[in-house]
Amino acid sequence: MTLGERGGDMPEIDSGDSLQADLVLDSNLASVDRGEVVAMEAARKLGYDSDTQQDIGIAVRESLVNAVAHGNRYNSRKKVRFRVSIGPGGLIVEVEDQGRGFEPEAVPDPLNGENMMLHSGRGILMIRAYMDEIEYGKVEPEGTRIRMVKYPPKPGG
Amino acid sequence: MSAKLTTRQVGDVTVIDASGRITLGEGSTTFREKIKELAAAGSKKVLINMGEISYIDSSGIGELVSGYTTITNTGGALKLLNLGKRVQDLLQITKLYTVFETFEDEATAIRSFS
Repeated sequence: MTLGERGGDMPEIDSGDSLQADLVLDSNLASVDRGEVVAMEAARKLGYDSDTQQDIGIAVRESLVNAVAHGNRYNSRKKVRFRVSIGPGGLIVEVEDQGRGFEPEAVPDPLNGENMMLHSGRGILMIRAYMDEIEYGKVEPEGTRIRMVKYPPKPGG
Repeated sequence: MSAKLTTRQVGDVTVIDASGRITLGEGSTTFREKIKELAAAGSKKVLINMGEISYIDSSGIGELVSGYTTITNTGGALKLLNLGKRVQDLLQITKLYTVFETFEDEATAIRSFS
């Protein structure tokens, strides 16, 4: 998916969803911890099992690390907007940074040959593995947004 | 809880008993420093006991890979013991199960170095 492309059927945060958090976070690792806790609490509220709560926690953590470290480069003047909602479509998380933007396709495929031994570059792979839908968009005037969706827990499961 | 690493010697194998979280920040730094320290001390047979690791993120996975490379480059071997389900899943997701030799039993792991 290229920057700016919107997922066709991806649920949006709307009036049918219950906003659990809308935070403006500093560009530091404490924000990553805070966001993870908030998302896992929302996941618990929606009734995911503890394994899935942790999956969501890891995905959110990876997205916040990308925003704080790679997007905003720990710049104290730059912020991360973090929104979590729950609703019929499941759990939706949006993370926006104020960085220079990036092309997901430009990240070397961490599953490809010698890239497997690189120190970094697995965050997006892990987000994709743990969430059901993800999309990237550009934020004006500067920044990247990631929206992630986890489908609702199955009744009785 | 951040990562806690304690080392013990079983014959000529250095076993690192790891617990807590290996994530970006303190946890990953602790891990990296430990591997550096072992490499500098000439440890060539390193077994990481992951049994008490509760959580690992992509940065933690990166440290495992770098640790593997560091020890292998000195002519040694780094192997993993007691992977929990989550760490096993991550090795599948990242295909790193093709790189790391893993064990469920410490005695078997120790013997594999000789």
